Parts: sequence; C-alpha cells; structure tokens
Amino acid sequence: MQALTNRAKQVERAPMTFIEQLYLWNIVKGMAITFMHMFKKQPTIRYPEQKREFSPVFRGLHVLNRDEEGKERCTACGLCAVACPAEAITMEAAERLEGEENLYREEKYAAKYEINMLRCIFCGLCEEACPKDAIYLSETFTPADFNRKNFIYKKTDLLIPNPTTDAQGFAAAKGLN
Amino acid sequence: MTILALDWFLLIEKLILIAVIIFASLGVALYTTFAERKVAAILQDRPGPNRAGPFGLLQPLADGLKLITKEEIIPTHANKWLFILGPGLAMTAALMTCAVVPWGGTIDVMGHKVDLQIADINIGILYVFAVVSMGVYGVMIGGWASNNKFSLMAALRGASQAISYELAMGLSLIALLMITGSLSLRTIVEQQVGHVWNIVYQPVGFLIFFICALAECNRTPFDLPEAENELNFGYHQEYSSMKLGFYLFSEYINMFISSTIMATMFFGGYDLPFVTSHLTNPGTAAIVGIVVLMTKVVMFIFLFMWIRWTIPRFRYDQLMDLGWKKMIPLALANMLVTGFFILLKQNNWHF
Repeated sequence: MQALTNRAKQVERAPMTFIEQLYLWNIVKGMAITFMHMFKKQPTIRYPEQKREFSPVFRGLHVLNRDEEGKERCTACGLCAVACPAEAITMEAAERLEGEENLYREEKYAAKYEINMLRCIFCGLCEEACPKDAIYLSETFTPADFNRKNFIYKKTDLLIPNPTTDAQGFAAAKGLN
Repeated sequence: MTILALDWFLLIEKLILIAVIIFASLGVALYTTFAERKVAAILQDRPGPNRAGPFGLLQPLADGLKLITKEEIIPTHANKWLFILGPGLAMTAALMTCAVVPWGGTIDVMGHKVDLQIADINIGILYVFAVVSMGVYGVMIGGWASNNKFSLMAALRGASQAISYELAMGLSLIALLMITGSLSLRTIVEQQVGHVWNIVYQPVGFLIFFICALAECNRTPFDLPEAENELNFGYHQEYSSMKLGFYLFSEYINMFISSTIMATMFFGGYDLPFVTSHLTNPGTAAIVGIVVLMTKVVMFIFLFMWIRWTIPRFRYDQLMDLGWKKMIPLALANMLVTGFFILLKQNNWHF
C-alpha cells in the first residue's frame, strides 16, 4: 500500500535478543532515562509567587470604568446585559439629579449594576457591546469566597477607583504601571 | 548496679535503645514518605511538595496531622476486631524487625560497654524472616476483615506474592550464610569490617535478594496488592484515618528495614572501607558507623524509589512466572555454585 506520508515506520517484529529477554538491561536503560530527568529544567510556575504572563487580550474579572475626571461612564443602556450569553448582568437605571454632574458622565446612570460571577463565562461580549467603553475585563482572576452570594458582584465591587481621589489605585486597575 | 538480681543498667540501656530506635524508624518512615514524593517529582520534572515549611520539610507532619484528624470509619459489615487488628499487626511486624540490626559498634557509657543493637541473638536473620513473614498477616487480615471484594483480592495477591518471593529470598540468603557461617547479624557485619563486603562473593545472591525485597515490601514493580487501576486501592481500601496511616507507614518502615538488612548483609553494615578498622576510639567509631549505615540505607531507599518511578507494574502471571520459574531456580543454582567453591576452597583449590 502506498503510504500517505514519508513518516510511516515499519514495525519491527524481530524476536527479543538474549539481553532483552533478561529484562534487567532494559530496566537499567529505563532508570538511566528517569535519572537524566533530575537535571532537566522544571517547567513549573510557582503560582502565588510567580505568575504566568497574560496575553494582552486576557479576560479576567470585570471593571466598571470612569473617565479622567472620575465620572462613571456607564449610562445603563443595557447592551451588555443583552449581549451576555450567560445572562449574568442585571442593572437598574436612574436619572442624574442636579449637582451630581461630577459623579456621572451623562444624564442617565446605573443605580444598580450586578454581575453574577458564577454565571459569567468571561467571554468578553459585554466589553464588545459597550458603546461607552464603560465595562472592560481586567487581568484579575481566581476570586475566592466562602459564600456563593458574595460572588454576585455589586457596583461597589466593580467600580474602578476614582482617579481624582485615588490616582494610584486607578492606575493599578488600568494596568498602566 | 544489681538490685533484686536484675541488672538495672542493662534494662535502662535497652529501654532507651528501644525507644530511640523505634522513634528513629518512625521518623525515617515519616520523612521517607516526603522523600518519595520529592523523588517522584524530581524524576518527573516537577518541584514536589514545597509549601509546608522551608522546601516543604514540614509536609510529613502536616500529612500526619491530616490523617489523625480524619474521621474514623469502620464499615458496618466489617469484622471489627480483625479490622482494627490488621493495621496494628502490620505496624508491629514492621517495627519489630529493627531489634536485631546492629546500628553501630560498641560504645562506652560510664564504664559500661553498650552495643548499639537491641538484641544480638544468634539466629538474627531467621528472626528477621519470621517477623517479616508475619507482616503479610496485616495485609491478609486487613483485606479479609474489610468485607470488600477488591480488598480480599488484594489480600490474596499480597499473601501469595509474599509466600512466592520469600522462598527465593531464603534460598539466596542460604548461599550467603554458607560463606559467613553465622546467622547473627553482628557477626556477619564484623566479618566484613576490614575485609571485602559480601556483595563481592554473592552478586547474584544480592540481585535475587533485592528483587525479593522489592516484592516483600509491595513496592513497584511488585505492588499488585495496591494496584489502583485494578483493585481501586488494594487491601486498605476501606480504611481511613490513622488506620490507613498505619498501613501506609508500615510499608515505608518495611522499606527502611529491608534497606538496612541489605546494607548489613551485603554491604558491610556500619563498615566504611579502609576507615572503620583503623578507628581506635570506640565513640568515634560508633558515630561514624551510624552515619555510614544511614548513608547506605538512604541510598537503598533512593534506589527503591527510583525503581518505583521508572518501571510499570507486573501482571499477576508475570509475577508468579518470575518468582517460581526464574528466581527460585536461579537462587538454587547460586547456592550450588557457592557450595562448590566453598568445598574447593576447603580443599586448597584442588579438585
């Protein structure tokens, strides 16, 4: 039969030689192989101390963004909730009142914004759907908690630190430094 | 110090020696479990346990604590007494063997000569054999009392394996004992101090003994009683908490003891070539002896682990085939050849 590639190898069916039948020599050979592995470099990343470099498109936990003056970008349009295939996002809209212009960028804002992190599949479709660049996925991952209900992240958990009051925290969350 | 017709000093000396050796064996076994995991990891390009303490050195303590605090379960249909007796027997048999091993020479304590050996009985090696073969009762009773098919199968395998390999082991030792002319372990070691080790006279005997020791300790490639993929977990499947710990522990103690026996019988025990016979101070000689013996034991234990993480398990028929059709005839032939040479030597190398 014509071989499809030149990688095909003929299987050898020669009877075992005397040394092979003794089995001991083959054990010694095998042990030499395992012994050489002692000097090989370990590919392990020692996790909590060392971390694997993420690719720039890594999708971790969500962050609700603010603009440079510290105003919330989200207008509670609901596109992220519609885009979400896991239906993890819920929100309630509210109207901005007089004197709250420094808090919210536009006249409408999200009074309540919740993401159920146990439902979320971290697909990043919310980030793509958002017309205001208000939500993005950070590099934070593996959250841990003793309680399931704490995994429903509220607005306080999601909002980025205010750049006017906490510039350092804002920069850290943005991954700028 | 003789009160009530008893040599109290001897009593205290032996008690201290027993306590030290038992705790040392337990400590060694504890850290052998750690070493096993580390060796396995290193041979497989992994770092191994490294979280508890520096380099993971406290890992065995954490493991022990975990085992002790686990829930103790005795299955409803298990035979309760035998279920408890099994691990106890395994552990006792494993610990009892270290009584006859000479750990070093003789030291002077307050004018008394103290042998670094619990009991120098003149049938030392027979005693070891007797106690080691009792260890298989731990496996058998545990497996039977669990009232579980897999455990029973494992126990049957363990028992038949132990019996098959004990024969070859005994035969390989007979050849050695024909040369030494003594069953006392101390005499065997003292014969080797300053002379060549027995391994030179008995390389084949050592090979057979080593393979049988692997089988007796239920180590890979002879770990059929614990074949996870065939028997779930083997004879200790129904066990939990420290009873399981006893079974796992006794395996490591057995490994330690058989390494010690091999070092004693074939590799000169506490003898360091060209050094031990020139040491005049008995204190120094004893310390050097213990260090040397421990080094040999550690090397054997490493060899056990190295083999475990290299070779896959035998099939049951292969195991029996090797035991009965290869090892026993080889041991018999070895015995005959040894006898031939001994007779030749007695006849001043004339036919």
